[in-house]
Amino acid sequence: MVAFLHQVFSGLAMGAVYASLALALVVIYQATHHVNFAQGEMAMFSTYIAWDLIDRGVPYWEAFLLTIAISFLIGMVIERVVIRPFERAPALTVVIVFIGLLVIFNSLAGWRYSYTIKSFESPFPDEPWFGNSFMSSHESGTVVVTLAMLALVYIFFRFTKLGLAMRAAALNPTSSRLVGIRVGWMLAIGWGLAAAIGAIAGMMAAPIVYLDPNMMGGILLFSLAGALLGGIDNPWGAVLGGFIVGVLENVAGAYLVGTEIKLSVALIIIVGVLVAKPSGLFGRRIAARV
Amino acid sequence: MAPILEARGLTAAYGPIQVLHGLDIRVEDGGVTALLGANGAGKTTVLRALCAMVRRGGAASFRGRSLNGQATEDIVRLGIAHVPDGRGTFAALTVNENLRLGAYARRDRAAVKADSARVCGYFPRLAERRQQQAGTLSGGEQQMLAIARALMLRPKLLLLDEPSFGLAPLAVADIFGILRKINRDDGVSMLIVEQNANLALDLADHACVIETGRMAMSGPAAVVRDNEAVRRAYLSY
Ligand SMILES: Nc1ncnc2c1ncn2[C@@H]1O[C@H](COP(=O)(O)OP(=O)(O)O)[C@@H](O)[C@H]1O
Ligand SMILES: [Mg+2]
Repeated sequence: MVAFLHQVFSGLAMGAVYASLALALVVIYQATHHVNFAQGEMAMFSTYIAWDLIDRGVPYWEAFLLTIAISFLIGMVIERVVIRPFERAPALTVVIVFIGLLVIFNSLAGWRYSYTIKSFESPFPDEPWFGNSFMSSHESGTVVVTLAMLALVYIFFRFTKLGLAMRAAALNPTSSRLVGIRVGWMLAIGWGLAAAIGAIAGMMAAPIVYLDPNMMGGILLFSLAGALLGGIDNPWGAVLGGFIVGVLENVAGAYLVGTEIKLSVALIIIVGVLVAKPSGLFGRRIAARV
Repeated sequence: MAPILEARGLTAAYGPIQVLHGLDIRVEDGGVTALLGANGAGKTTVLRALCAMVRRGGAASFRGRSLNGQATEDIVRLGIAHVPDGRGTFAALTVNENLRLGAYARRDRAAVKADSARVCGYFPRLAERRQQQAGTLSGGEQQMLAIARALMLRPKLLLLDEPSFGLAPLAVADIFGILRKINRDDGVSMLIVEQNANLALDLADHACVIETGRMAMSGPAAVVRDNEAVRRAYLSY
């Protein structure tokens, strides 16, 4: 029983990472109806930026905030420069652009930082918090940081004028223009936000999975599974889906399939959701929107 | 009196198909112009062309400023609010959020709050439903919301596309009463598209009748109303 609980709790930490990345996927999906397959590699690259800053002697939390800001800018620039020309392109073209981005970020990281695995420091102490014997302090810290980020994102979308405008632009671009919203910029800010959220996911994941240019491949798959499970149309459903997938992965990895083929859990979830309930547990029906 | 809106030789096309073939349209400052014509004549397209929502040509100016080459968002910021065909409310957002969005282009927060109260005074039904999703409102209430949202811009010119469409007679009378009040008390100029020509001509001082993208007649509202031939041919009553 204790071992089982241990698996559940430590699953929450990776679940938090999946939840963050799932949220990043949803932010872009809601505005464009595309899944950004490069989201994971963008997060990986952000994590290298953080590593670089820390390596140059910047204190952890300053590097953390700086990385979020830089990632936000990179996300915005990518939307303006790379994505925008394909605004009206067929879905397949957009997918290829995303895969192109994925490859570019992967090779850029490999070229700049090499493919050798690096360790990435955790900002949290070595001893577990409050005598919590189920989770390491980094695992609890990851959950706390993620929950704080989610609260901020919620407040932003729910209570600020810009957040409302971004929701409006995603729901109805034509009506949004008629109230004076610059829809193109809302998309760019959405990309920035997604990149910033991804950066947090990357920095929280790196101490667990170590830093290398391929660190995000599996994570993106689990995050996508989480997003689909919760409903890729519903940010909070996707977040919950991410946590659920994290726990499922850990438990299944320990008791069912063995850690080597854990990734197939993600694929089973993705295929299962797409077949049984394409809108996910908490999503709106996808068919109603096209 | 100087016109608040003036379009000369306005053209518009959807892809390769030209729909407007050079229209001259004026709205006097503080005035109401009715835009009449049969279904498919191009009335909706005129409003879209003025707001740069379709590919357009010709010249248009608002308060002496050219609208040529301006994007929809910028035209709105000049003080032109458009209540589009099909209302264009944000169905998934609350009434309150729709109203907040109407004032998106404004920076004067305190005045926005006051206007929100004033607009809800015009439409008490909306005031009771501020936290409700717009999609759950009745047709009449949604039309009210669309107008209320447009008023939140504190516009100088209101473009209205068939505000009576699909509404019960009582709701129609309600809405036109409010439009009259907004025009008279707040001095908001209007360009109004209506199937119900009688209603629109009552409100308007000026009228244009268009037929397949060309001007069939334009002049003072009273003259258009009393012109039997035009009435028979284009307004079908
Ligand atoms: N989105 C569109 N794409 C192509 N053609 C359109 C579109 N909207 C309207 N039209 C065409 O343009 C013409 C004028 O339409 P519209 O302006 O909606 O007329 P009205 O509002 O007077 O009924 C019609 O022939 C209509 O078929
Ligand atoms: Mg029409």
